[in-house]
Amino acid sequence: MTFELVCFYFFGAVAAAAALAVISVKNPVVAALSLVLTFFSMACVWLLAQAEFLAVALVLVYVGAVMVLFLFVVMMLDVDFAPVREGFVRFLPVGVVVAGVMLTEMLMMIGVRTLQTTPTDDPALLAGMSNMEWLGHTLFRDFLLPFEVAALILTVGLIAAIPLTLRHRSGIKTQNPGRQVMVRREDRIRLVKMPAEKNREAAP
Amino acid sequence: MITLAHFLALGAVLFCIAVAGIFINRKNVIVLLMCLELMLLAVNTNFVAFSRFLGDPSGQVFVFFILTVAAAEAAIGLAILVVLFRNRATIDVTDIDKLKG
Repeated sequence: MTFELVCFYFFGAVAAAAALAVISVKNPVVAALSLVLTFFSMACVWLLAQAEFLAVALVLVYVGAVMVLFLFVVMMLDVDFAPVREGFVRFLPVGVVVAGVMLTEMLMMIGVRTLQTTPTDDPALLAGMSNMEWLGHTLFRDFLLPFEVAALILTVGLIAAIPLTLRHRSGIKTQNPGRQVMVRREDRIRLVKMPAEKNREAAP
Repeated sequence: MITLAHFLALGAVLFCIAVAGIFINRKNVIVLLMCLELMLLAVNTNFVAFSRFLGDPSGQVFVFFILTVAAAEAAIGLAILVVLFRNRATIDVTDIDKLKG
């Protein structure tokens, strides 16, 4: 057993255990943090598969952005999680049976033949470049249009999330800058004509 | 040596854990969204493994796109969840039946 294989088993076991924690713990904050651990372990597994750029991207995008978003939402919503977990025990046998059968089928399908697939040398190194260069050549040469569409999808997602959560509250006082700018002198100042005081000496 | 089957088996294990999570957390939308992310991670692992063992960079490019779509999906999903909680004061899936005909 090589050192690589030991690392693979270790990271894989941590990822699976953390994934089990995600679906079974009571507190959703703990679930989100376990999901972070899962993503991190899987990033290490991807490093073992020589996918360095994607491993770093997974940590940056998921651990850095998506999971922080999840944590924000979990902490912002004041949810009472006791009734939400009511069906947990009832659906546990079904879930375990379905997952077990699926796992058996998949492992049978993966089968013996792939077990003998010995890894070749790193294809990126064979092409004489780093993983990032290898990926970048493909991304910007063969997949340029999908890349642009992906950027568009991200922008649409960003813009769509804003009006979804925007809230119009009635009964609050706000400034209207347009009307503030358009104000005229006549709206604010009223000139009043008063007679001047005359004989002060006559006063007592 | 790590073979292709190792990566595929790990992906299968993660995917099945996510499926079980969807079954047993049927009421909690937040955990359901987390299980979806787990499934995407398992699929991405398969893509990375095949890309490595077949020597084709297209698999890794595909993972890149899946990450993009998953990030947008998480943002929209959580925004909908926040609006839903604001209107209904619950995240229980069985209570969300307003659209029932």
